[in-house]
Amino acid sequence: MSVIPIEYYLILSAFMFVVGVIGVFIRRNAIVVFMCIELMLNSANLALVTFSSYIGNPVGQVFVFFVMTVAAAEAAVGLAIIIAIFRNKQTVNIDEINIFKW
Amino acid sequence: MNFTILIFGILSLIAVVSSVLMITRKNAVISALFLIINFFALAGLYLLLNAQFIAVAQVIVYAGAIMVLFLFVIMLLKTENEPLIFSQNKLLKNFAILIGILIFVQFAYLIFYAKPSNSLIQNEVQSVKIGTIQTIGRELYTNYFIPFEIAGFLLLAATIGAIILAKKKFE
Repeated sequence: MSVIPIEYYLILSAFMFVVGVIGVFIRRNAIVVFMCIELMLNSANLALVTFSSYIGNPVGQVFVFFVMTVAAAEAAVGLAIIIAIFRNKQTVNIDEINIFKW
Repeated sequence: MNFTILIFGILSLIAVVSSVLMITRKNAVISALFLIINFFALAGLYLLLNAQFIAVAQVIVYAGAIMVLFLFVIMLLKTENEPLIFSQNKLLKNFAILIGILIFVQFAYLIFYAKPSNSLIQNEVQSVKIGTIQTIGRELYTNYFIPFEIAGFLLLAATIGAIILAKKKFE
């Protein structure tokens, strides 16, 4: 009986994290940038669950639970900020939102 | 077993393809839909890792609640499609690709240099036992009780903050 090597999961997690990083850099829509951050959080979750399952310790999955809580709070507040910015500037393009840039 | 490998291959292929498609689509709604597909594939991978509770929470919290919130906001705001994702601001794109490759090489080197599979052999019985909601619930309500309460308080604060931020008279 051959189980899947742990490296496969970790490489998948690393790849998804990198895709999220590249997405944050190349996309200009603030909402899509937020979604890329969610993708990065999810890849970290995958690594945590993998180690938790292979080591046999439930603490990793408890931590994933907390990460999900924080991600939900972050999505709610972040989207509210985006709505407030859109109300003032009529755009969500992060190249045009530069009121704090000197 | 070969069947496990096959399921892992299919799910990871879906996850990889949908994440790449997500960052390359011009339309934000289509990006969000690909992200939902990615979350479902991840939930399948969690089931493969015997983490039942996390898989269910992934579908309910991420693919359900958070992505519905995203789709709602995308459809509320009039977001124009981004024209020509790969041609504007060439320098930034090349920098992004470069830094992405750099991070991936670092990760891959660490993973294959450390060779965690030599020391970590998955114990099937043990991993099924720790993935259940009993184990995680016991852990949450005993050792991690105060962080759990703080997480609840954080959600309350986020709810109030979101309402205040999205109110009409925000300056």
